[in-house]
Amino acid sequence: MYSSILTESRRHPGHLIDILQQIQSRDGYLSDQAMLRVAGFLEMSSATVWGVATFYNQFRFTPPARKPVRVCMGTACHLAGGQLVLEAMARELKIEVGGTGEDREFSLERVACVGCCALAPVVTIEGKVYPGMTPPGVEETLVEIKAQSEAEA
Amino acid sequence: MKHSMIRALSQKKVNAPYPDKITHILVGTATCGRAAGSMAVLEAFRREIEDIKEKVRAWEVGCMGLCSQEPLVVIIKPGDFSVCYHHVTPQTVPQLVEGYVRGDDPCLELALGTVAGGNGDAVYIPELDLFKYQSRVLLRNCGYISPLEIDHYAAGGGYRGLAKALKLEPAQVIKQVEKSGLRGLGGAGYPAAAKWTACAQAGGSTKYVICNADEGDPGAFMDRVLLESDPHSVLEGMIIAAYAVGASKGYVYIREEYPLAIDRISVALKQARAKGLLGRRILGSDFSFMVEIVRGAGAFVSGEETAMIAAMEGRRSWPEHRPPYPAHSGLRGRPTLVNNVKTLAGVSVILQKGWRSFRDMGTQNSRGTALFALAGKLENTGLAEVPMGTSLRTLVYDIGGGIKHGRQFKAVQIGGPSGGCLPGDLLDTQIDFDSLKCAGAIMGSGGVIVMDEDNCMVDTAKYFVDFSRQESCGKCTFCRIGTYHMHSVLEDITRGNGSSESIEVLGKLAEDVRAGSLCGLGRMSPNPVLTTLRYFREEYEAHILEQRCPARICKELTAYYILPEKCYKGCDHCVLACPVEAVFSDDKGLKVVDQLKCTKCGSCELVCPAEYNAVIRLSPVSLVPAGRRTRPDTKEP
Repeated sequence: MYSSILTESRRHPGHLIDILQQIQSRDGYLSDQAMLRVAGFLEMSSATVWGVATFYNQFRFTPPARKPVRVCMGTACHLAGGQLVLEAMARELKIEVGGTGEDREFSLERVACVGCCALAPVVTIEGKVYPGMTPPGVEETLVEIKAQSEAEA
Repeated sequence: MKHSMIRALSQKKVNAPYPDKITHILVGTATCGRAAGSMAVLEAFRREIEDIKEKVRAWEVGCMGLCSQEPLVVIIKPGDFSVCYHHVTPQTVPQLVEGYVRGDDPCLELALGTVAGGNGDAVYIPELDLFKYQSRVLLRNCGYISPLEIDHYAAGGGYRGLAKALKLEPAQVIKQVEKSGLRGLGGAGYPAAAKWTACAQAGGSTKYVICNADEGDPGAFMDRVLLESDPHSVLEGMIIAAYAVGASKGYVYIREEYPLAIDRISVALKQARAKGLLGRRILGSDFSFMVEIVRGAGAFVSGEETAMIAAMEGRRSWPEHRPPYPAHSGLRGRPTLVNNVKTLAGVSVILQKGWRSFRDMGTQNSRGTALFALAGKLENTGLAEVPMGTSLRTLVYDIGGGIKHGRQFKAVQIGGPSGGCLPGDLLDTQIDFDSLKCAGAIMGSGGVIVMDEDNCMVDTAKYFVDFSRQESCGKCTFCRIGTYHMHSVLEDITRGNGSSESIEVLGKLAEDVRAGSLCGLGRMSPNPVLTTLRYFREEYEAHILEQRCPARICKELTAYYILPEKCYKGCDHCVLACPVEAVFSDDKGLKVVDQLKCTKCGSCELVCPAEYNAVIRLSPVSLVPAGRRTRPDTKEP
């Protein structure tokens, strides 16, 4: 199942990060099984693969939620009250920061900077940017999103 | 200015890449524009002009640098004014198309101003303070040309610098860069020509050039804007650098978090290959060069050149001892030149326009311009490019438009997590590599965050140290453990658990981390602490000695309080908004915050109607009057 990614031209330790990125972009995360397979392919120890993968912020090791919620904690967002927004999200979603809900509908994480500092504080849900967030705004936005997904269902 | 003159000016200035006789609509679709909804605006324009396609064209352009005004649209009309519109929505698009594209009404009520020429009714944008003090050299094309069209870049003189360089000997190219005085714009300010010479003189037949686009500072986005808005200028600089040092292969190391920039640079690479600007025998010369994109997997430390090379080799991004410098032994042990996005964009300007034009700007030791991302509590946020030597005051007040909502300026944080917080009386500091360093900040990544009286300096220092702590790669003990300890001392102070020794301990830790770390990330991570201690010591003391947060930000030291004399008993906004049912009514129907239940989320303050404005924050918490602290049936804290 990894044959399209683990090609001969990539059989070199220098391609490790590239390979992990390809797997994550296809599967959404890095499973233990995938990392063991990569270690075998590159003839590296699985500890080395695991060590590199966990070093970088990009890689995740649990399946992603359908609607990932990312609260920006860049400097501008922090100064504009991003922490309060993050706490409100955790409270409303009933998910710890860094966690995923049991139904895999939402996950919540803090990210370093999404690069639209003029709109701070910012939240992205499923990649869509929600600017100028406030704790009451969090509740409203989530109600809207839930209503929308119910309507679609 | 007379109308005819303005027209002439407008044609001269605006029409270079845009063929005359038809109307051009430029929609800014860089990341910040997209976040504000510019893709829907672009679609709306394309729909509205469907039937007049041969006379009107809509283009995607990059970022004009006015983030707070997005989405931005410019309409260039042959023989008439070029007008820039701000906060455009799909709903206002039909009006603009009817008004100015089909008709003659420039819809000035929706306009920010005219881009070329003004007529009394409209603001002439280049004359706004916001632009008057800027020198847009690296940004010259941003928001004006389409990043998807190599011809647009070429129309403004693009790739002429490369053509010129290929006619010179590599050593002569380096000489031009040396004469220009260009210093590395990634933050460290190392003279570009010295780095190039070292790499050119290093032995070996295989050499590499890496474009460092791993912009990891939270709050800086100049590299992203350049790559999204004018990728060819970075690419041209990279090809020139490769020719000068004798490299045959180049890499753009770019953050995975910048998908649009990755897209734009990929398109640029394809176009350059198709035009013979990349690949074998570039422009008929003997010089061959290929470029590949490497996506970074997200680690702040990867911006350090040896750590970046480790990441490119598939390892953990750990910095190495220097020497040997990458210029001698870098990627896969080969001589490698690593330059920042802005530095490379500067190279193409120097070769296109000559080194003198670059050298003529700036100060004795810092030539050219400095590019900043302005964010925080400013009226105008976005990008600003000023000649080196401009004062911080000009940057904050003239270009940034001063502090939002008439609040008081407190500090400007410059250089990101490795930079420093400077107070109001240092606003006349010149922006150049050496003056900033002297004041305790650094040019660094170019992120400029302005803080007002509502921002707590201890909390800010904690924020940056927390960032450095999380991003510490773990190689050096002082950085790994020292940032952790600094963070916990700051955490104690913000919680009111600081002691009289806290400040001394912080200062000591900061010095140790600075002395005991290998790379810039570690060495400079104490800067936010050191500068806030130096310039805002009284805020630390207020937290420690009085349990008071002057900005009323630190939660444990702040209480939400509803002024009974302002509260209106018929209003229930705060009661409904409180997520933890901490707000209740007293026997007169006036609202009280139960301090035992309050989580300090700030919702009550946000929803309290402006006509009452009854919710305030108090610090220290002991200021909350007895009898209005909790519900009557519970024991008061």
